Amino acid sequence: MIIKNGYIIDPLNKREGVFDILISGSKIKKVAKNIQEKGEEIIDAKNKIVAPGLIDMHVHLREPGREDIETVARGTRAAISGGITSVCSMPNTLPPIDDAKIVKHLNNIIKKEALANVFVVGAITSGRSGRKLVDMANMKKEGAIALSDDGSSVQDEHVMFEAVKKAKENDILLISHCENKNISKNGVVNEGMIATKLGLRGIPKRAEYEFIERDINLAKKAKTKIHIAHVSCKESVNIIRKAKKDGINITTESAPHYFSLDESACVTYDTRTKMNPPLRSVEDIEAIKEGLKDGTLDAIASDHAPHGKHEKEIEFDFAAFGIIGLETSLSLAIMNLIDGKKIPWKKLIELMSTNPAGILGLKQKGNLSEESDADIVIIDPEKKWTYTKDSILSKSKNSPFIGWTLKGLATDAVVGGKIVMKNRKII
Amino acid sequence: MKLSYVKSPEEKTKISPKGNKVVTKKTAIWTKKDLLGLEYLSKEEIGLILDNAKSFKEVLARPLRKVPTLRGKTVVNLFYEPSTRTRISFELAAKRLSADVINMVKEGSSIQKGETLIDTGRNLEALKTDVIVVRHNCSGAAAMLSRAVNISVVNAGDGWHEHPTQALLDIFTLNEKLGNVKGLNISIIGDIAHSRVARSNIWGLTKLGANVTVCAPGKLIPAGIEKLGVKVTSNIDEAIKKADAINVLRMQFERDAAGAFPSRIEYFKTFGITEERLKKAKKDIVVMHPGPINRGVEMSAEVADGANSVILEQVTNGIAIRMAVLYLVTHAKRENA
Repeated sequence: MIIKNGYIIDPLNKREGVFDILISGSKIKKVAKNIQEKGEEIIDAKNKIVAPGLIDMHVHLREPGREDIETVARGTRAAISGGITSVCSMPNTLPPIDDAKIVKHLNNIIKKEALANVFVVGAITSGRSGRKLVDMANMKKEGAIALSDDGSSVQDEHVMFEAVKKAKENDILLISHCENKNISKNGVVNEGMIATKLGLRGIPKRAEYEFIERDINLAKKAKTKIHIAHVSCKESVNIIRKAKKDGINITTESAPHYFSLDESACVTYDTRTKMNPPLRSVEDIEAIKEGLKDGTLDAIASDHAPHGKHEKEIEFDFAAFGIIGLETSLSLAIMNLIDGKKIPWKKLIELMSTNPAGILGLKQKGNLSEESDADIVIIDPEKKWTYTKDSILSKSKNSPFIGWTLKGLATDAVVGGKIVMKNRKII
Repeated sequence: MKLSYVKSPEEKTKISPKGNKVVTKKTAIWTKKDLLGLEYLSKEEIGLILDNAKSFKEVLARPLRKVPTLRGKTVVNLFYEPSTRTRISFELAAKRLSADVINMVKEGSSIQKGETLIDTGRNLEALKTDVIVVRHNCSGAAAMLSRAVNISVVNAGDGWHEHPTQALLDIFTLNEKLGNVKGLNISIIGDIAHSRVARSNIWGLTKLGANVTVCAPGKLIPAGIEKLGVKVTSNIDEAIKKADAINVLRMQFERDAAGAFPSRIEYFKTFGITEERLKKAKKDIVVMHPGPINRGVEMSAEVADGANSVILEQVTNGIAIRMAVLYLVTHAKRENA
């Protein structure tokens, strides 16, 4: 297979320009000008961007247990539609992925059902209860790529420190959802005038950044790395910027909604704007964009969190936290970061592919090197499209972006050398 | 009695491009099927409710306190929280307008079997009722319900968010006592953080041009409240000193206020309205309370029963306000009609 005439962006190899890509089997064979090989299938990518497949390291595929709201099959199709060829699936499932057997079980489902690459993230503590650490060694052996109690934090600092040290011993990445429950309590929206006006319980930003500070200190003490999930506010960005300057080994991600929507979206009590951490202020949006631009934040991850209609069409206080994001992540990034913040395309591909591959230790992904995995996305950067409920491939429809006209769309995708989407048609 | 009160004229002064003063009469027309909160009403719409309430108050003064305005209409009181005053007031208001009234409470209904608010609302609509008066412990519940049904929804208090008819009856009472709230100093005292009465009063009073001060212990002042256009203080004497009226809120020590203040008696000592404190206030200060009163907590019994208190008049005015609201929402000139 040859992808011809596309504008290649490959940040790792510092390559940008019009090149062809020859794919053989599951690998990239050659990247060069004007490749002529007989008998190869040709994909024409003229006027399009060709990049290493996007990697979304924060996705809730809901299997096992909540197949009513998302499945590996549907979630990975949604991912492909969004140009995402690899996802990490989070462990807050039913039961939680806190044991090697469940990792194995999920990997069997993935082998059968997944259209994109899925890497399993296991829990840090048994039952995600924040108390007893999981058997990290065995979970890693079964293929867990990282560990996280995502959805909640390990509240007890001692337990978290033990987790950090043990993760270092086992050479496995910890992904930390930073939220001090003693501060966030039963909050549902960002603390401030909007929460006050709505009469909804506020979540102070302190709940997030104090635990980011805590986990940065733990990483420093244990002389190891830690990855911080869904950074949402200015104070967190500032703390991370300083920590990185001090040479502490942390990586971070933010989600498209934290640079696309502010808390004022909540004023109609639309539960599709309820997420954790909550939508913050206009000032925070700017800080997130700045952090993504200057490298304080390493990755964009959607925190794709499907929920059923019955879990969202209820009182704001009772509604589930989270929105789906796989199918809108790329467009929102193009609109808000490239158009809105003037970050270059190369930086965007770093944030959405090269950097997450680096964080996860996936050397064969996130780049277009010869002999790397042939995971490739072709993007029409100017395509305008409307995100409608009917177009959604995820099993759930909980997105505040429904009805928005978006810009930029993945048109074709290759996973492991196989075409999985051609001209917007999922194969 | 004439019931053509859907319109209310309001004089408006505008400066023309040439610099001349142009006085136009702006006529408010009620177009909303719901009353969800005072935040969503214009000054004119608030005026319309107050004007109508004035007429309905006359009905309450008659020997036969009933008009046929809502004959054939059905009002459902859907109450997810305990309430005496508001529920009875709405029930009486509906009955004075000759509507049929159904009271539905959480206990013993399908709500306890796990039916959602939206399903309950849609069922009430399918049962061919006309107005749902909803009281709910969650902020935004009335708004959610109003989007789910085509019949009218009147918010009788949603969480900490709004209690519009309470604020309307407070303003109505102030108008009766003081003529007009414009330019007056009005202090709202008590648990601002958890009070829907406070929020509705803030919206209503600021829209009508009053100077509003909120006064509470620090922990009960919610973040960013000053951005709603009010002055904020934790000094009770300061809140009282220049006030033309004070609206004293109930301290819910059994619920939200617990933990924010050490004890009832401590609160009374620091924030309670006593005759002693009122000596430093304007002589004719109007003292309001939405009830039920905790005597000896937010207010002394002497003040509650004293000459400045209008607490029971508020209760009477509540019926007139609710009659006006039920009348307007059922006679709304729907934009698509």
